[in-house]
Amino acid sequence: MSALLSVSGLQKSFGAVVVADATSFDVRSGEAVGILGPNGAGKTSLFNLITGTLPADAGKIEFNGHDVTKSSAAARCKMGIARSFQVPQPFGGMTVFENALVGATQGAGLSGADAENHALAVLDETGLLAKANARAEALTLLDRKRLELTRALAAKPKLLLLDEIAGGLTEAECRSLIDTIKAIHARGTTIIWIEHVVHALLAVVEKLIVVDFGKKIAEGAPKEIMESAQVKEIYLGVDPDV
Amino acid sequence: MSTVTRSTRASRIAMIGGGLLLLVLAAAPYWAGRADMRLMSEIYLYLSLATLWNLMAGYAGLVSVGQQAYVGFGGYMLFALTIFGGVHPVVAVLLGGVLAALLSIPIATLAFRLKGAYFAIGTWVIAEVFRLSFAQIQALGGGSGSSLPVAIVKEIGAKKAVREANSYWLALGAAVIIIAAVYAFLRSRRGLALTAIRDSETAASGLGIDIWRTKLEVYVVTSAFTAIIGGLIFLQKLRISPDAAFSVNDWTAFVIFIVVIGGIGTLEGPIIGTLLFFLLREVLADFGTTYLLVLGFVAIVVMLKAPKGVWGLIRERYDLELFPLSYRVRTKD
Repeated sequence: MSALLSVSGLQKSFGAVVVADATSFDVRSGEAVGILGPNGAGKTSLFNLITGTLPADAGKIEFNGHDVTKSSAAARCKMGIARSFQVPQPFGGMTVFENALVGATQGAGLSGADAENHALAVLDETGLLAKANARAEALTLLDRKRLELTRALAAKPKLLLLDEIAGGLTEAECRSLIDTIKAIHARGTTIIWIEHVVHALLAVVEKLIVVDFGKKIAEGAPKEIMESAQVKEIYLGVDPDV
Repeated sequence: MSTVTRSTRASRIAMIGGGLLLLVLAAAPYWAGRADMRLMSEIYLYLSLATLWNLMAGYAGLVSVGQQAYVGFGGYMLFALTIFGGVHPVVAVLLGGVLAALLSIPIATLAFRLKGAYFAIGTWVIAEVFRLSFAQIQALGGGSGSSLPVAIVKEIGAKKAVREANSYWLALGAAVIIIAAVYAFLRSRRGLALTAIRDSETAASGLGIDIWRTKLEVYVVTSAFTAIIGGLIFLQKLRISPDAAFSVNDWTAFVIFIVVIGGIGTLEGPIIGTLLFFLLREVLADFGTTYLLVLGFVAIVVMLKAPKGVWGLIRERYDLELFPLSYRVRTKD
């Protein structure tokens, strides 16, 4: 299978802080990939680089066969990259439905009844339909995270980037979120998911990438990665010799 | 099954009420006195400026303190094109809008490099450049300005009563067209994108919205309309000077006051704000500069106690919307 996303030699630093250091990896079409790493490892920055929110210092990002390294965030979204923000960025003055409609009209390029029906279908899937008329600024943090997922899905992405959407959920909520994401993946959407709730991540992804200090330190099948001594030491803080 | 609607009972009532009010106002030359018509014309022109500034600042986030550049430019184009070009005053006003649109593009590419407070100050500086430049044009009276020749004034209407009625209708028509245009724009797909930008630029660009282009379009369109209003303002005044044309107080500070107390980022806000502003002005007219102190005090209180303005308070309490921009989902099982 071909690579939908291909990142090679990606470099980004803010002064002395390196958030991406010669990062390279491929994500195949239809794959679900998890990203692990301690706080401040550069996971969200990696998303910012992939979506175009941050410009790269050096390196190359290819999406669907096109070099998008210099493309704007808006252009990348139209090509099929959508993301949820770790710190929710709702359109606060708009209703939940209107938030979804922005994704459907601007990102997916739908209009009229098509856009409205697509927005409704996505809201139904993410469980926000009952709150469709609520103003986004009035939502709880949990619902804001759900809204992030909704908006990204409404843009009909080929590649969906999820940034810590399972944090703070109850067991039942987490299970229903896992089911939702599995269903999205089953439809053929490629997913990259940053998550500290490891069991949620492992329930969905087929591959794990571990980053620390902007460097990719491991990549492979989830089982092997979770058992590797290096990951235990760096990510879980366990001294392997003990 | 869920269905999506946009109009509400309040908005339908408001539309009917607004339509009736418009008919009554349009008939004002037959029932109102000369001074009242003058005041109402001024209200319409301020309402237009406030609606435009609100679109630019409240939605596109372009907090300009320099829109007096376009008010003055439109005013001066009226004088220049009628006196030297020999065109009809109404045509000159419209041409002023077109020229302002062209001029606003290079200004935008310059000013958009500045963000936030720097943008605000930058636009003010640009407006000052306009003022100083027009003061250099001796043919238009230089620093002391000039009056519109009687022959040109008569093109609006040979008799005084006809002239006054025509310029009243011009002001009313401009306000109606501007509010209708802004409403239609905000209701469209592009308007939805602009509203998204108002709430979060980061999320908007991540969802496929070209922020720079959207802002440029809003800036160009508001500048063009602002120049048209400027033309109409000085068609009423019949006299222009650089200090009056490019006054930051008259054409920007009062307009910001109107939008802020009414409710920034809503269509209803500027309408309520304009009414409140003129109410205060008429009540306090006899108190001289105290009037400005009161305006400042009101602005501070509103900003602290009701940052979303008077309309924001009403809207939160009663969930009202006079212009049906929102979408409402009705779920039937």
